[in-house]
Amino acid sequence: MKLTGSEIFIECLKREGVKTIFALPGGVVLKIFDMLHQQKDLEVILTRHEQGAGHMAEGYAKATGKAGVCLVTSGPGMTNVITALADAYMDSVPLVCFSGQVPTSLIGNDAFQEADNIGLSRPCTKYNFLVKDVNDLATTIKEAFYIATTGRPGPVLVDIPKDVSMAKTEFTYPSSVAIRGYNPTYEGNKWQIKQAAEAIMKAKKPILYVGGGVVFSGASKELLELAEMTQIPVDMTLMGLGAFPGEHPQSMGMLGMHGTYCANMAIHYSDLVIAVGARFDDRVTGKVSEFCPYAKVIHIDIDPTSIRKNVHVDIPIVGDCKAVLRELIQILKATVNGDQRELRKPWWDQIREWQEAHPLAYQQEPEGAIKPQHVIKRLYELTKDRDPIVSTDVGQHQMWTAQYFKLAKPNRWLTSGGLGTMGFGFPAAMGAQAAFRNRLVLCVAGDGSVQMNMQEMATAVVSKLPVKVIILNNRFHGMVRQWQDLFYEGRYASSYLDTTPDFVKLAEAYGAIGLRANSVGELDAVLKAAIETDKPVVVDVPTYPYENCYPMIPAGGCNHEMILEDPPELKKKQAGVPGTGSTEDKDTILTA
Amino acid sequence: MEHIIAVTVENKFGVLSRVAGLFSGRGFNIESLSVAPTLDPSMSQMTIVTSGDDRIVEQIVKQLNKLIDVIKVVDLNESEFVSRETALIKVHTKAEDRAEALRIADIFRANVVDSTPSTYTIEVTGDPKKIEAIINLLQPLGIKELIRTGRVAIAREAIRPAVSQPKKVARE
Repeated sequence: MKLTGSEIFIECLKREGVKTIFALPGGVVLKIFDMLHQQKDLEVILTRHEQGAGHMAEGYAKATGKAGVCLVTSGPGMTNVITALADAYMDSVPLVCFSGQVPTSLIGNDAFQEADNIGLSRPCTKYNFLVKDVNDLATTIKEAFYIATTGRPGPVLVDIPKDVSMAKTEFTYPSSVAIRGYNPTYEGNKWQIKQAAEAIMKAKKPILYVGGGVVFSGASKELLELAEMTQIPVDMTLMGLGAFPGEHPQSMGMLGMHGTYCANMAIHYSDLVIAVGARFDDRVTGKVSEFCPYAKVIHIDIDPTSIRKNVHVDIPIVGDCKAVLRELIQILKATVNGDQRELRKPWWDQIREWQEAHPLAYQQEPEGAIKPQHVIKRLYELTKDRDPIVSTDVGQHQMWTAQYFKLAKPNRWLTSGGLGTMGFGFPAAMGAQAAFRNRLVLCVAGDGSVQMNMQEMATAVVSKLPVKVIILNNRFHGMVRQWQDLFYEGRYASSYLDTTPDFVKLAEAYGAIGLRANSVGELDAVLKAAIETDKPVVVDVPTYPYENCYPMIPAGGCNHEMILEDPPELKKKQAGVPGTGSTEDKDTILTA
Repeated sequence: MEHIIAVTVENKFGVLSRVAGLFSGRGFNIESLSVAPTLDPSMSQMTIVTSGDDRIVEQIVKQLNKLIDVIKVVDLNESEFVSRETALIKVHTKAEDRAEALRIADIFRANVVDSTPSTYTIEVTGDPKKIEAIINLLQPLGIKELIRTGRVAIAREAIRPAVSQPKKVARE
C-alpha cells in the first residue's frame, strides 16, 4: 500500500518505539501535524517555543536513556531549536529533531520561512539529513535513530521538505542499518585493558574519575563493583553525578571548578587517574599543564577524539564503558589478592583528612536570610526517599544542587554541562515528567535563568506535567555576580535583576500553583506542600543575595589551589547588607 | 610540520562542507584541498594538505574519522608517498621573449597548451618545488594569470620481495 511522507513519518516513529514527541507546528509541517492529530498512541506535547521542545526532548532522553524526539517547522522554528541541539551535542544526548523545510522546488530561492537547516545545524549535530525524495524517508529516519543512539550518542536532524511529506510511495522499513563510514568500537582492546589492570594493581593512590559516559552506557553497576572491589575513591564530573551513589563512603562528590575539596585534592595528588566516560573538560582540569602532575592516566571512552585531546594519556582504551569495565573486572578478579581495604589504608587516611579539613559547609542563622545551600539540603532530605529526578538551570544554584543533592542512581540528573544553557532546567524537567508521569520531578532554578523559558509553564499546565520548580531567588545573575565580586572589584555590571516578576503571581497567571517561603521557618512546610500537590508548582524562595559558591578554582587555576571562602574584604562588604535582595534593598545592595 | 592527508568520503552533497567545517570550527588550517570521485563513483577522494604538531595532526585524523561520511583516513606522512600538483601559467610574451618562454617550458618538461600573439599558457606538473621554480623563472617575463590545482597524493606501493623467486635468481 502506498503511504504519504507524513504517514511514513508516523509509521517510522512507531517502529522506533516513540511514545511522546515535543513539537510546535508551522506552515510546512502541517501535513505531518494533521496525521499526528489522528493518532491515539503517539502523544504530541505542544510547547510554547521550539527551544522548549528541544530541551524537553533532552530531558526525556536523559531520564529514559532513549532518544528524545522533537518536531519543528522551517526557518524560525529551526533557528529556535538550535540552542537545544547545541546543548545536546555538547552533552552527548541522543536526540532526533525533525524540521520542516520549504518544498524542494523552492529550496535556495529565499522562500518564505526558508533557512539552510543543514548548514545551520551542521556544527551542532552529530549528523544531519535533507530528505529530497520520499523514497528515502523511511531509511533516513531509521539511520537517524541509529546514529543518535549508538556510539557516542548525540543529536541528529532530519530536514523534511513540504512536498516530501505530501508525496506518496510504497512503505518498507529497513530492518538494519549499514553506514560504511560509521562503525563505533564497543569492545576495548584486550591488551590495553590488561595494561590498565596492571597499573591499577600497582597504584598506591589511584582515583576513578567518572563522567556522563558511564550514565549513557548504563555502566553504573560495573562501576560500583570495580570501585568496591579495588577500594578506589570516586570523583564525579557534573555530568557523571548519579553514576555512583552520592552517599557511598567511596564517593568524593563532584570535582572541578566547584568540586569538593577532597575530590580535587585526591585527583591532584593521585598516582593513577582512571577516567571513565569523561572528557577532561577545562572546568575539570583547570590549568591543563598542572593537572594531576603525579599520575599515570588511563582513559576509557567510546569516542577516540576525546582521548589525548586535552591531556596526555598513558593507557588509552577506546570502547563502551560498560563493556570495558566488565572486561577489566574479569581480569582484576583473577589477580586481586589480599585485603584491598588494608592496602589502600594510607591513601584513605589522607583522603579522610582532606574531607574533614574542608567539608562542604555554610552557615544558616535560624532567624537570618535563607541560605541557598540550606534550601537544596532540605529539598534533598525531604525527597530522597522518593527517588526524584532533579533538573537544574545553569549558575550558582546548579553548582549548589550538584554539591548538596546526593543522587543515588543514574538517569536522575538533568543539567546542561557542556554548553551551560540557562533556561534548560524547566523544559528538561517537563520532558522527564512526560516520560514518567508518576515520578517526582524537581527543577532547581535561578530567578535569572528560569525567565529564559518561563513560557513553558503554559505547556506544563495544559499537558499536566506536575513539575516542581524551586527558584533560588537572589535577584541576581548569581554566578555572574560572584565573578564580579572576585575578579571585577564588585562592580555589578548588568547582573542585578531589577524587575524580577512576582513568581507566585506568574505561576497563578498560567494556572499553576505559586508558593513562597519567606523565612527559614516556613521553608520545610512550603517545600512539603509543593511536593504533595499533583499540579505544576513554582516555589519562590528569596535567598541571601551575596552567597557565593565554594570551593572555587578560578578559571585556569590549579586543582589543589581552591578558594574556600569569601576573601576578608568581601566579607566586610557583605556584613550588614539586608538579606532578601528585595527591590527595596536595591540601593544598599548596589552601593555596598 | 606539513602533512598530507588522504580522505575517502561518500560522494554526496554537503560532504565537502562537513570536512571544511571541521577544519574551520576547530581552528585547523587547510593549505590545499582537492576532491574528485574515485573509481567507485559513490566515493570521492580528498587530498588535504595541512600543518601542525603531532598532537594537532592526531586530532585532525581522529576528528575526520569521526565524521559519518568519512570512510577512510590516511596520514600519508606515515609512509612513502608520491605527490603532484598541476599549474596553468599564462605568461606575457613580447616577441623577443617567446623563445625564452619555450626554453623554460622545455627545461621543466611543461607543455604550451594555448598560445596567442602576446601570451603562452603553460601547463606544468610536478612537486611544489618544481612549480615554484618555473614560476620564479617565468616571473621576469610577466605572469598574467596563474592557477594551481593544489596537491594530489598517493602512497607508494610497498615492494614485497617474492617469496620463492629471489633464491632462484640468486643461483642463476
